[in-house]
Amino acid sequence: MFSYCTDPSSLEGLTWLSCYLTTGKHMGLYVSVVVVLVLLAITAPVALAFGFAGASAARSRIWPIAWLGKGYTSIVRGVPDIAFFLFFVIALDQGFEWLRHQVFCPDWEHPIRQGNDFVVCTAAKLPLSNAPQWVHETYGFFLAVLTFAIVFGAFAANVLFGAMRAVPRAQMETAEAYGMSERQAFWRVLVPQMWVYALPGLSNLWMILIKATPLLFLLGVEDIVYWARELGGTKNARFTDYPHGDWRMWYFMALMVFYLCFTRVSEIVLDRIMAKLTHGQATAAGEAQRKAAT
Amino acid sequence: MKHLLLGAAALAVTASMALAGGHSVVRMGTEGAYEPWNFINDAGEIDGFERELGDELCKRAELTCEWVKNDWDSIIPNLVSGNYDTIIAGMSITAERDEVIDFTQPYTPPDPSAYVALDAGLDVEGAVIAAQATTIQAGFIAEKGWTLIEFATPEETVAAVRNGEADAVLADKSFLDTVAGTDGLVMLDRMEAIGGGVGMGLRESDAELRAKFDAAITSMKEDGTLNALIAKWEVASQF
Repeated sequence: MFSYCTDPSSLEGLTWLSCYLTTGKHMGLYVSVVVVLVLLAITAPVALAFGFAGASAARSRIWPIAWLGKGYTSIVRGVPDIAFFLFFVIALDQGFEWLRHQVFCPDWEHPIRQGNDFVVCTAAKLPLSNAPQWVHETYGFFLAVLTFAIVFGAFAANVLFGAMRAVPRAQMETAEAYGMSERQAFWRVLVPQMWVYALPGLSNLWMILIKATPLLFLLGVEDIVYWARELGGTKNARFTDYPHGDWRMWYFMALMVFYLCFTRVSEIVLDRIMAKLTHGQATAAGEAQRKAAT
Repeated sequence: MKHLLLGAAALAVTASMALAGGHSVVRMGTEGAYEPWNFINDAGEIDGFERELGDELCKRAELTCEWVKNDWDSIIPNLVSGNYDTIIAGMSITAERDEVIDFTQPYTPPDPSAYVALDAGLDVEGAVIAAQATTIQAGFIAEKGWTLIEFATPEETVAAVRNGEADAVLADKSFLDTVAGTDGLVMLDRMEAIGGGVGMGLRESDAELRAKFDAAITSMKEDGTLNALIAKWEVASQF
């Protein structure tokens, strides 16, 4: 990176450290921090959308839709995360490839399952095997987002389902008395009021999601924990210009600080949202806010 | 949810239509954590004996190759489901693995595995031995009925000996050569003759690609470049 880094063995102290921390390998670590943050930023709203759809479906009066919503929340919540991440992602990937195989290679005569092998025609590969590596990594990233969204969406659906039932029945009756249709009452009365009941549960989920990102490596996405382990491991002078002993403890301590800061910032933001949502609500906290203001 | 999955599938189909066609690329899967066989260098790239060997084999077989990193635990499942086309990760040829995937001819001769411990006079029978999960060494200890602790990465097996969690670690001698002599670690005299040489792993349905790599390995054996490469990286004995 810097011009003085050509011979690291002659450097000492901070100059050595500045060279060490800017190797191509460390860049991988910094990129993975961004990847994790982007993943969280995309996954959270998508999971919330899954949760909202699941909760609304579970409330439906049409029983197949209600069963679909309830089935989704109970099945996904019941399966251990790690099993879900190992099995579901490979199944999802093979499902996409199987679909593409049907579309692109209708006259393919070999079986797709050959013993242990899953073989589709070259054109059906996802991504194509001649695509550059970044395409493969982006594809893995989106599989990760989808899987996280499905898993956390199921938990969010359960939280939102409970929150929707927590809104006092009298509110809905008043809305009906004003002549609102069921749909109007749902969107204008129920949904705006339910968030205050949902937020404590959702903020828990957010915290768990932050900590769940190391599962990414199961999906082939290199996350910060992978890089911390790789960079911290003992480095022999035969293979690197920056030999060192087992430094994993320092890397994991840096990770700990990162995660703690991140959860603290999240807490502050969530507290602010909570204060905003409580405003004017017929809850104890809302009442306290009203009294404090007068 | 169903709509979303179908929608995503449709999107995936259309998005990659534009990329279809063109020459195919052979994707080479490796672990990147097993010096001197394969590791990540300072620049963040895959390096080591197998990187150099793989690049040379691809050149001789006239293939375009791309390197892919995958952790050891799931390296075989990801090969058979088609995420990459070969495994070139210091994988010993065993009958058990051969049932699931196919191997090329070995590119290093069968070499004994070695122990590294803090105490040179350690009696390994009855001691606690560390090994990387799903390796021939882990299988060997389990078969003997000794106490085995498994770890996901080679680095962790050595760390376990350093901090006293295990009495010794069993692994390929060339890997342990890189750590013996540091932090009071010593190599024991006892060796174990396990494994049948290291080869490239391929899907059983990929006989054509396997033949190409077999031919390339043969040509490297014949003109002596393979032996030179083995000597350069000190990975094994020579042919």
